[in-house]
Amino acid sequence: MTESSSQKANVVVECLRSWNQQAVEEVIEFRGETTVVVPRNLLRAAAERCRADSKLHFNLLTDATCVDRYPVEPRFELNYHLVSIPRRDRVRLQVRLTGQDPVVDSLVPVWPGANWLEREIFDLFGVRFTGHPDLRRILLPEDWEGYPLRKDFPVEGFRDVPSSGDLFKKSSML
Amino acid sequence: MTTVETATGAAKTMVLNMGPQHPSTHGVLRILLELDGETVVKAVPDLGYLHTGIEKSCEDKTYSQAITLTDRMDYLNPLGNNLVYCLAVEKLLGLEIPKRAQYIRVLMVELQRISSHLVWLGTHAIDLGAMSVFLYCFREREEILKIFEMFTGQRMMTSYIRIGGVALDPPAGWRQAVQKFLNMMPSRVDEYETLLTQNPIWTRRTKDIGYISAEDAIALSMTGPTLRAAGVAYDNRRVFPYSSYEEFNFDVPTRTESDCYARYLIRVAEVRESLKIVRQAMEKITDEGPIKAEAPGIIPPQREKMKTEMEALIYHFKIFTEGFSPHPGEAFVAVESPRGELGCFVASDGSPKPLRVHFRSPSFINLQALPKLIKGQLIADVIACIGTIDIVLGEVDR
Repeated sequence: MTESSSQKANVVVECLRSWNQQAVEEVIEFRGETTVVVPRNLLRAAAERCRADSKLHFNLLTDATCVDRYPVEPRFELNYHLVSIPRRDRVRLQVRLTGQDPVVDSLVPVWPGANWLEREIFDLFGVRFTGHPDLRRILLPEDWEGYPLRKDFPVEGFRDVPSSGDLFKKSSML
Repeated sequence: MTTVETATGAAKTMVLNMGPQHPSTHGVLRILLELDGETVVKAVPDLGYLHTGIEKSCEDKTYSQAITLTDRMDYLNPLGNNLVYCLAVEKLLGLEIPKRAQYIRVLMVELQRISSHLVWLGTHAIDLGAMSVFLYCFREREEILKIFEMFTGQRMMTSYIRIGGVALDPPAGWRQAVQKFLNMMPSRVDEYETLLTQNPIWTRRTKDIGYISAEDAIALSMTGPTLRAAGVAYDNRRVFPYSSYEEFNFDVPTRTESDCYARYLIRVAEVRESLKIVRQAMEKITDEGPIKAEAPGIIPPQREKMKTEMEALIYHFKIFTEGFSPHPGEAFVAVESPRGELGCFVASDGSPKPLRVHFRSPSFINLQALPKLIKGQLIADVIACIGTIDIVLGEVDR
């Protein structure tokens, strides 16, 4: 990792820590990328801080996605990739959610562009976003059952097993 | 499927269903339009008709096998998709790619950008009633596809860029073929501009249509030519260079009008910039040199070695039976696709199959701004606005 990228990482962590001691749970440095793990209850405030703080200025939310680590708990990791166009910097905010309670604050009030990204995560992983203006399925039909990108959803989907006539076990519904 | 909540107090509006089979939606996009006369009051896009679960399929394949799936997302930019996926896996592995392979990648991706912009220009023009431009654009695109066929054996689903480098050495006679294209293309771009830039019908159909301010565009996560037409010089090739782009001289064209016409001008200017990059890449590519990184156990050994050396045979067998296992971790890489920031997020749990592969597709995210672009416009301008953000539905739905 280069000197400048570690300095840049420190700027984010310091800014968040100086604002709230609890805001940074963990900092992961891997292959020159910085991941800042924030607690679930502080996500929206920390994101707002990242966007509005003049030292950070992460004005573009480029991507949001989820990783399912089933059967490890907390199984869901939400990753928000932020870009600061004026500072030419990137950072990843991460929030961890349990399988029992996959609910987190929506970031649509901070970046309106989070709208469809969160709908996609809801559609494919079943994570709920409180405060989202329009939380509907986006890629799958509205009557689809289950969340296909979860690890307990079979790759070939649920279907009849010809020999037994049973259905595969269904993904845990919320 | 989707229902529209009509705007309050709007007694005289009607809801019109556009698509999913409408020719100007460039695939299968459905838009519910709430109209007051001919003016759009509200628009709700409905997508997913081409959803094929590519991300889920990637999780069930080894890292190398997933490359062929990436071709099939954005079928106008298969090489760019290969590139972003390979860059992400290479970042995960910590691989260093030989310079020669990086330049070959740049050459191919820039040719791909030109071909994608040509398809965009042709189809956008045909949507707005200019039939002949389409024929000219596809004539030149054909030349690029011939170059791809020469390099890769395929016209569209190339899978040419592989983890650690590229699949094959450039073929004999490639310099002449690319040079011939470079000699021909600038005057052909002038031809398109003669047909359109001053054309009164074209300007009236595109000027002041589909305006979005730079602040709104950034807030809605828009990237690519649409953002640059709003005056923000955000181009990944310049801001976060990858694959040795920092060694190339090119401009990032920007405009401030942020309408359909400005986006047209940006894309035409980008074709000219890409030609500059192709020319430089051609000079940088040496006749001899490695096209793959040195990484036994990850990159398949050369055929010759595999037949004569025991170790190479073992690696070959292991790579093709079980694959390779990157260090557990996560990597995100973004490249500049013809449509905007194309990102790839790969998470590894230390097994030979990726834990998660996610594509940040620019079409999907730019399409999110469509309701904002067309609100208050006439229904005929909806066509211009869909065309101007340059979506590929295969990539939107993945």
